[in-house]
Amino acid sequence: MLNVTIDGIKLQVPEGTTILQAAESVGVEIPTLCYLKDLTPEASCRMCLVEIEGMPKLFTACSTPVAEGNVIFTKSEKVIAARRSVLDLILSTHNADCFSCAKNGECQLQNLCYEYGVEKTSFAGVKNNYPIDDSNEFFTYNPQQCILCQRCVQVCQNLHGEAVIGVVNRGFKARVSTPFQNLLKSSNCVSCGNCVSVCPVGALLPKSKERFRSFETKKVHTTCTYCGVGCQLDLIVKDDKVVGAQPLYGPANKGLMCVKGKFGYNFINHKDRLTKPLIRKDGELVEAEWSEAITYIADKIKAIKAESGPDALAGLSSARCSNEDNYVFQKMMRAAIGTNNVDHCARL
Amino acid sequence: MTNAIAEAADQDVVFVIGSNTTENHPVIGSLIRQSHKKGGKIIVVEPRRIPLCRDADVFLQIKPGTNVALLNGLMNVIISEGLQDQKYIDERTEGYAELVEMVKDYTPEVVAEICNIDAEDLKKAARLYAKADKAGIYYAMGITQHITGTEGVMSVSNLALLCGKIGKYGCGVNPLRGQNNVQGACDMGCLPADYPAYQKVFKDEVREKFEKAWGVKLPSKPGLTVTEIMNAVEEGKVRGLYIMGENPMMSDPDLAHVEKALKKCELLVVQDIFLTETAALADVVLPGSSFAEKDGTFTNTERRVQRIRKAIKPVGDSHADFEILSDIMAALGYGNSFRTASEVFDEIAKVAPSYAGMSYERLENGGIQWPCPTKDHPGTPILHVGKFSRGERALFKPAPYRPSAEAPDAEYPMIFTTGRILYHYHTSTMTGRVQGLMNISGHSYVDINPADAAKLDVVSGDKVRVTSRRGSLVVDAKVTDTVAEGVLFMPFHFTDGPANVLTNTVIDTTAKIPELKVCAARIEKA
Repeated sequence: MLNVTIDGIKLQVPEGTTILQAAESVGVEIPTLCYLKDLTPEASCRMCLVEIEGMPKLFTACSTPVAEGNVIFTKSEKVIAARRSVLDLILSTHNADCFSCAKNGECQLQNLCYEYGVEKTSFAGVKNNYPIDDSNEFFTYNPQQCILCQRCVQVCQNLHGEAVIGVVNRGFKARVSTPFQNLLKSSNCVSCGNCVSVCPVGALLPKSKERFRSFETKKVHTTCTYCGVGCQLDLIVKDDKVVGAQPLYGPANKGLMCVKGKFGYNFINHKDRLTKPLIRKDGELVEAEWSEAITYIADKIKAIKAESGPDALAGLSSARCSNEDNYVFQKMMRAAIGTNNVDHCARL
Repeated sequence: MTNAIAEAADQDVVFVIGSNTTENHPVIGSLIRQSHKKGGKIIVVEPRRIPLCRDADVFLQIKPGTNVALLNGLMNVIISEGLQDQKYIDERTEGYAELVEMVKDYTPEVVAEICNIDAEDLKKAARLYAKADKAGIYYAMGITQHITGTEGVMSVSNLALLCGKIGKYGCGVNPLRGQNNVQGACDMGCLPADYPAYQKVFKDEVREKFEKAWGVKLPSKPGLTVTEIMNAVEEGKVRGLYIMGENPMMSDPDLAHVEKALKKCELLVVQDIFLTETAALADVVLPGSSFAEKDGTFTNTERRVQRIRKAIKPVGDSHADFEILSDIMAALGYGNSFRTASEVFDEIAKVAPSYAGMSYERLENGGIQWPCPTKDHPGTPILHVGKFSRGERALFKPAPYRPSAEAPDAEYPMIFTTGRILYHYHTSTMTGRVQGLMNISGHSYVDINPADAAKLDVVSGDKVRVTSRRGSLVVDAKVTDTVAEGVLFMPFHFTDGPANVLTNTVIDTTAKIPELKVCAARIEKA
């Protein structure tokens, strides 16, 4: 174990612990833009700079392992000044048109600039004028908003495992692109959207049918409804409508999701949803009240049971529905109707 | 799964058989690729060149329906080269001698012939798996949807036991369940012979327990399975059918037969969120609610019980499914009804021993993997550690290879197989209503090998007619070498070419699962 002091807090950490991890363990927050859990630190954004007593230069907390006896300052004047310069430099190539940016209100760059009092850049940097790639069905990439933190590249290559995108060119001309700089549509991209989920700014944005600001929405932590992996996510809700999905770091999905979970939510509020009970009358399904439908079903079940016994009835439950729905379903078949004729689509 | 999903990212060898993981369980596919990035090896056994083959160290492109022969072949190599875990076999298993006797006929040469693979690749795969410290087997419907589905699962288990890879971190037998809560629906007793937590309806002491809990007399005779129910409906023995959130008019084999049966039903109730192909045939349709509109839990493929939470009000005048069922029970004269999902869950915890220690409060932090028998039990990430459910020792269940029910012949010369694709889910009632997904993949098609396509003078996009003994369809051809010569693949999602018009209803006699993965078919230019 190594002894270390962070902002006056003394602690012990195992060898190999980074300064960022050590700080997190005692609740000291260090700002980051490029850092992602589970990955080798990229250390490209430089936001996490900290001061180590006795060292002339500052260090990136995400990539620097703690050494025995380190005395670390995360909020010294020197550190704050350096982080301001970092933000100033990032802003110099960022199209800070926050009014028209859908990320406004939850942009990590915007939040940090506000926190550190950086209102505009003091550098006359070259801003790229690469066009927006909106060829993907579900998201857009705007190089003019991109701060080249490479979170998207890291996720695509090292967590999702497709390796569709990388950084091309150098300096002011650098941007994230596909091999041969084709449109995303013409690449191997499978639209998992994990790049979009990790983008700290408005460079990668979901194509949403709704226009909304983050502060108009609420987030509801739930489990994905598609396959059996059980990815954890937040459903983003505005005015009682689901308008987005954001993966969470669940025990199975570790922050990842697939195209269906991330972008396949529009069925929820779809116009085709059944909204009223229907009863077949003269060959046609016509709308009915709940009480009528329930009575109709119960009467028919009772009649069949009286004539032919409970085993003349059967039920197919659903692997789509919740445990609670399924429990009540089999209880209805067994306890209220009196048959074990209950199964579901496990085999299909 | 015997093991936890997260372990997939930390394996020396990942053995995938009968699963197109990156398309059907994409996040597990990603974890497997993470394992590969760290230096782990990948073995893929599949009839199709699936995307994961790109990362595979060994790819065995087997003839559809030959899993059992392949697995026996691996065990033959392992035993003949002395790579088995003898200590584990001696201490934790029984029936080894019978296994050795059975697999001795499955030499690499014999198996190479049956499966249409290279014997050297088989040996390579056997050595990789047997010698690895952390090696999990991942499988899905490619193993189970055969008349030999049960034997397929037994053979997977035999292989894992032979190499001492059950009850250990990073190993195990890991079925990847295709639907969000198929594990939970089974756990909850939506099975004809099982009460919640697999307690058998035909055992007197179990039935008495439930009679006491529910306050009514209960039937002791096991009920009918899906396939048997459909037959009983057609025969007039089952007169009323209540279907919740299922679409057999797309998902079941031989759709013409399903339609005939459902139309004969005197009372067909369908509870769903859309007017599905099945709901369109119903006498009464009830609007249920989606996962976003109700509280509850799903149990994922690693047995982890996780919360779903109500994000929006039920759409229109739809109701949460358990509330509807509760109302029906009341109308049938069964007194107690549930008002909240957590009330239901508390009753589940009372009657299902593997859920006994769980409550919504405890599920707040990341969910719990069953068995979780007591309030202070942390849950069980890995099953069979030190002890099996049947006792101290696991039993080898040697299973000889049997060919699929339908073999190609002069009239139907191709092997037809089915599955899912990345952009759609099951019968596509949900994904079919997401415009972006439909723009990427909106129509049915059939994958055909370039050599077969050349014989028919067909290129991608041409219309072809695919015919089996059950029916016939016209779809687009997609010429691709992901399928071998003589093999056709069609996804079963699409209403404009539903693959299950063609599939065979023949079932595995033990698990009653239909052989959706293999039938004989003919293809011609349309």
